[in-house]
Amino acid sequence: MIRFDQVYKRYPNGRDALAGVTFNIEAGEFAFLTGHSGAGKSSILKLIALIERPTRGQVFINNQSTAAVKPRGIPKFRQHIGVVFQDHKLLHDRPVAENVALPLIVAGVARREIDKRMRAALDQVGLLSREKSRPLELSTGEQQRVGIARAIVAKPMLLIADEPTGNLDPDLALEIMQLFKRLNDVGVTVMIATHDIQLIDRFTAQRIVLAEGRVV
Amino acid sequence: MKTALEAWLARHAQTLIGSLGRMVRNPLATAMTLAVIAVALALPLFFGVLLQNTRSATANWNQAFELSVYLPQKAGAERADALANQLRARPDVAAVRVIPADQALAEFRASSGFGKALDALDGNPLPNTLIVTPTLTASTPEATVALKTRIEAAADVDAVQLDTEWVQRLNAMLDVLRRVLWLTGALLGSSVVLVVGNTIRLDILNRRDEIEVMKLVGATDGFARRPFLYSGVWYGLGGGIGAIVVVAIAVAVLSRPLGHLAALYGSQFQLTGLRFGSVVRILGLSVALGWLGSWIAATRHIRAVEP
Repeated sequence: MIRFDQVYKRYPNGRDALAGVTFNIEAGEFAFLTGHSGAGKSSILKLIALIERPTRGQVFINNQSTAAVKPRGIPKFRQHIGVVFQDHKLLHDRPVAENVALPLIVAGVARREIDKRMRAALDQVGLLSREKSRPLELSTGEQQRVGIARAIVAKPMLLIADEPTGNLDPDLALEIMQLFKRLNDVGVTVMIATHDIQLIDRFTAQRIVLAEGRVV
Repeated sequence: MKTALEAWLARHAQTLIGSLGRMVRNPLATAMTLAVIAVALALPLFFGVLLQNTRSATANWNQAFELSVYLPQKAGAERADALANQLRARPDVAAVRVIPADQALAEFRASSGFGKALDALDGNPLPNTLIVTPTLTASTPEATVALKTRIEAAADVDAVQLDTEWVQRLNAMLDVLRRVLWLTGALLGSSVVLVVGNTIRLDILNRRDEIEVMKLVGATDGFARRPFLYSGVWYGLGGGIGAIVVVAIAVAVLSRPLGHLAALYGSQFQLTGLRFGSVVRILGLSVALGWLGSWIAATRHIRAVEP
């Protein structure tokens, strides 16, 4: 599902974030991407979501090289990947329902279908009763779950998450991880970037450990 | 297929209402922008209304080609009649009217209000006058000028005045003013594009995060741009309506005193405001300008917002 082949990433400021990263995550896998901050976790996620492009090497998503995706094709490409952000990236002036439905609205799904799938996604994260609330009326953990609902609403084959438990207390963090695991159980490939070693020890999962832009 | 179209229409309608709602929630900024657009559009519009009125008021004068032929003081009424008959024989003259000096003085006394002053003069200062109307075919400016030269060449003629000279000058002046109007309109029209463009640019900067999130979940630039284009359309429509209201008020304020002024000159002139057709055209134009401004700004600045 995700394959990195000798990927280098140098940012315009001259910093080398990735220096020859190679790994492979099969479809249906549950994978953790770990390492100290600055080790290159975020860069890898950005390359997958086509927020950045590799300086050298190739990234394959679902056996398709991202180099073949032209700028015009990026929106369509992103519609097939669910991304969960550390800072949630919710729209605070819109209700939870609309935040979750956003990927479907953007993709041009019919209204009735949108409502159905939006409720199903909210139900999966246990927030069906909060669909009319504004994001800021929710706790951090709930906001994170809204972000997850939004990431899964379009039923992507691949779900990537950047430090999804970064701001949560241990109980909430475990709860969120278990939610990801449940999604993985129904067939979604999940890759989570995290530095919370204690938490990931409680799950059986593939691990990709990064240090100074390399897989160790 | 039908449901897809319905869904598409529903989405657009929703975005259209949504962008209106966003503007209403920010009433002060929206009102300022609308006022700037309305003033920019109202100026050339009001100027155009005045010009249009002047043109329609002078349109029928254009046809009234007449030549006034002034005879010398010493020439008597018989001489005037003789010259009149001579001119009537010409193929390019339709009619000749003789205004005897006495009659001219009486008319002048009645209409000018200088009666007392005229009594102070000894004798009649006015000459016998012939009013010559050319035939329709000879009513072109060139033919009239030719006729004028012929009559001037005749004996016993003091001066020939082409009554349309000042109308032609007026028309030339109106022509210049019309060009000025077009230039002003073009300049102020582009200022509307710039004002809307700048407003949309600020709006995009304010909503940068939102656009970024939309792009992250797979929105195309076109999708992210759509609400801003609709904002531009609303700005254009609102500004256009504002301009029409401003012009309507100006016309209402000026209409009575102008009618009174015209009546003092013995004219039936009434100031005409905007007609329905012009209103529709102006609204169409202002919407187009708003759309253009937002399109330019949104296309540029949304492309620049990258997650």
